[in-house]
Amino acid sequence: MNIVVCMKQTFDTEAKIALDANGKINKQGVSLIMNPYCEFAVEEALRIKEKHGGEVTVVSVGGPEAQDALRQALAMGADKAVLVDPGMEEVDEFTTATILAKAISGLQYDIVLGGFRAIDDGSAQVAGRVAEILGLPVVNVVTKLEIADGKATATKEIEGGSQVLEVALPAVFTAQKGLNEPRYPSMKGIMQAKKKPMEKKTLADLGLDAGQVAPKVKALSYFLPSARAAGKIIPGEPADAARDLVKALREEAKVI
Amino acid sequence: MLQKGGAFLLESVNPADVFTPEDFTEEHRMIASTCQDFIEKEVRPKNEEIEAQKEGLMRELLLKAGELGLLSADIEEEYGGAELGKLASIIITENISYGGSFALGHGAHTGIGSLPIVLFGNEDQKKKYLPKLASGEWIAAYALTEPGAGSDALAAKTKAVLSEDGKYYILNGEKMFITNAGFADLFVTYAKIDGEKFTAFIVEKNTPGFSLGAEEKKMGIKGSSTRSLIFEDAKVPVENVLGEIGKGHVIAFNILNIGRFKLGAGVTGSAKKAIELSVKYALQRQQFKTPIAKFGMIQTKLAQMNARTYASESVQYRLGGLIEEALQGKKSGPEIGKAIEEYAIECSISKVFGSEVLDYVADEMVQIHGGYGYIQEYPAEQFYRDSRINRIFEGTNEVNRLIIPATLMRKAMKGDLPFMQAAQALQKEIMDLKATVPEDDGKPLYTERAMLALVKKLFLMIAGQAAMKYMQKLAEEQELIQIMADIAIEIYAMESCILRAMKAWERDPASAEPKIELTLAYIYDKWPNFEKWGREAMCYLATGDMLATQLAIVRRMTRYVPIDMISLRRKICSRIIDKENYVC
Repeated sequence: MNIVVCMKQTFDTEAKIALDANGKINKQGVSLIMNPYCEFAVEEALRIKEKHGGEVTVVSVGGPEAQDALRQALAMGADKAVLVDPGMEEVDEFTTATILAKAISGLQYDIVLGGFRAIDDGSAQVAGRVAEILGLPVVNVVTKLEIADGKATATKEIEGGSQVLEVALPAVFTAQKGLNEPRYPSMKGIMQAKKKPMEKKTLADLGLDAGQVAPKVKALSYFLPSARAAGKIIPGEPADAARDLVKALREEAKVI
Repeated sequence: MLQKGGAFLLESVNPADVFTPEDFTEEHRMIASTCQDFIEKEVRPKNEEIEAQKEGLMRELLLKAGELGLLSADIEEEYGGAELGKLASIIITENISYGGSFALGHGAHTGIGSLPIVLFGNEDQKKKYLPKLASGEWIAAYALTEPGAGSDALAAKTKAVLSEDGKYYILNGEKMFITNAGFADLFVTYAKIDGEKFTAFIVEKNTPGFSLGAEEKKMGIKGSSTRSLIFEDAKVPVENVLGEIGKGHVIAFNILNIGRFKLGAGVTGSAKKAIELSVKYALQRQQFKTPIAKFGMIQTKLAQMNARTYASESVQYRLGGLIEEALQGKKSGPEIGKAIEEYAIECSISKVFGSEVLDYVADEMVQIHGGYGYIQEYPAEQFYRDSRINRIFEGTNEVNRLIIPATLMRKAMKGDLPFMQAAQALQKEIMDLKATVPEDDGKPLYTERAMLALVKKLFLMIAGQAAMKYMQKLAEEQELIQIMADIAIEIYAMESCILRAMKAWERDPASAEPKIELTLAYIYDKWPNFEKWGREAMCYLATGDMLATQLAIVRRMTRYVPIDMISLRRKICSRIIDKENYVC
């Protein structure tokens, strides 16, 4: 069973987001982590491998700093890593998915896993796009995944409940919280990680050029949410207070 | 070139030759983050139960830590260990320190408990015990202290006598304050064979005649088990003698050196965490409609806490780097022990300095938390209680202060260090001190490097005169020894700050800025102590005209131009507030 995991490096969940002088998100001095949803995907890949045998390859698109996240996946137990550096500042989901699909198409795979979304831009598009380009079925927001006889039984979240789907392999699955509890990289795993292969590729190595992956979406501006204004407590008997509240909502806040 | 132990007092060192936290490898960083995650997710949520010594919990957590390899950084692979090296080992110690009592149990098991077997066990003993200790299946403890033998460890009364059939040693006596005692499976215990030959033994918990005393009620680290061990004709098989008969002190002193070195790393980790929790609290706590982090007095505290912790961290990893390099290619226990013993002075400095920094930081942490700092619901209260033991165990800070000049003198006598020659040379140049200051090289902290070169001479002057005046009886002059130790400790701390900042500067000047600020904040805060210590020592060593001359020299050696500390600390604190964490 060959498993490919698409993963992304993101800001630490506790990182403070600030804008730089050009109005872009300031990446200086921010600590970076593996996107937590991708961590679920890596963990699931390792569990499938432990049960069915095979090889786990982690693939990411990003600059040299993304190696840290890939190395963490190797320390958890993945077998090899591929990092494609697009060499461009601005990318969109189209860019990333095109590159990932191209990189994956050169690998052996039965299962492709990914986080269902990244905690930074939260677009939840990339894995689906990869599936589309590769012509594979995709099951999103998976909370349980079982593999048997060349088929997968996946439980996915739907509004108000769950849905159990059967899908033929190869297929793409995206991980939701609850799928598993990711392991910590062990000391042995960490020491072995540096001996595992980490392939670094450029667009040219994949036979792509910048024009083919140029983003179709452009971010016009970024802004931070405005600071929350102080709340207001309306005093008085419930009936009076309710009346004052409705009045305030209508006349001051103008929301009703 | 590897600097010799204690040589920092006599010579300068190139920043490129010291190890700093900025030199961590990718593996080191991953190890740190695994430890932090493990503590945050597995240990902290159970803190209250740990503190109440919930049955079986500590063992369960240690077993989990064992699965990750966190118990076996120092154990060779062939015995089931992770064999990560000493730097990784202190990185683990630093990053699990927030585990509180768990960290203590971990330290007692992996450090003083397992290491005697790692370093001095024979092949059979290693095969039998190390895999179990590496996995956490078995837990180790270390038993040196006795009711009447604390700092004076060799005064131990526990006795061992060979049985008539020659198969057992029969142990009688009592050991006190043994960490992990309540649930440990084996105890590395010291006893005197025939009341004379100080020897180490591996005592398993089911040994007939061996029992445990009641759990001690402690001020802090309440979750760790601390009990006495009672030996009443306890039958320990002869094959459980650890190392050579009559050479127990070699094991004990080596283990103490490593214990001190690791303690330094642990207290640094605690201090960093205390700063993080303090600044987060100070930002969230409002008084007079202002977060208290905006107030100058709170900012002064945070900046000082951070500057001292930066010094402590710089000391610990400088020593870590030295020891890691000194151990390259060394495999046998005695060889490793000897290589670490070379840095006995630095190990004591790391222990004394780190534990006193943590004490200061924990105290200010409570203060920043105000009334809430006194309430158990907030972590400051436990930090404060838990920090206190660090100045006491692994050799009290007083005993460790004695070790610093004593070891230096011993090295000088043996000709390992040209201390006497340097002291004599100083006599000649003392009237023309300025000439000894190096030329301005355009690199940062030039003034402070020149100042430091002069206080190294102050140390030489005091130590040289004290040695000449009291000769063999110097050991009885504890107050002088304390002054010498304090000067040596401060020199090492300040130099470590400077070297780290300079190394960072050589790499990338912008990244060195906070380090330079912290170095300045540390140095100018502590600098006035040198003159005070110098005066105290000279007033005791000399009289009359001689004294007047000596005091004038002290003044010249410690002279400095003050800097604007208030603005500096505000700047440092703005970084701390920005990061909501320890900065460097």
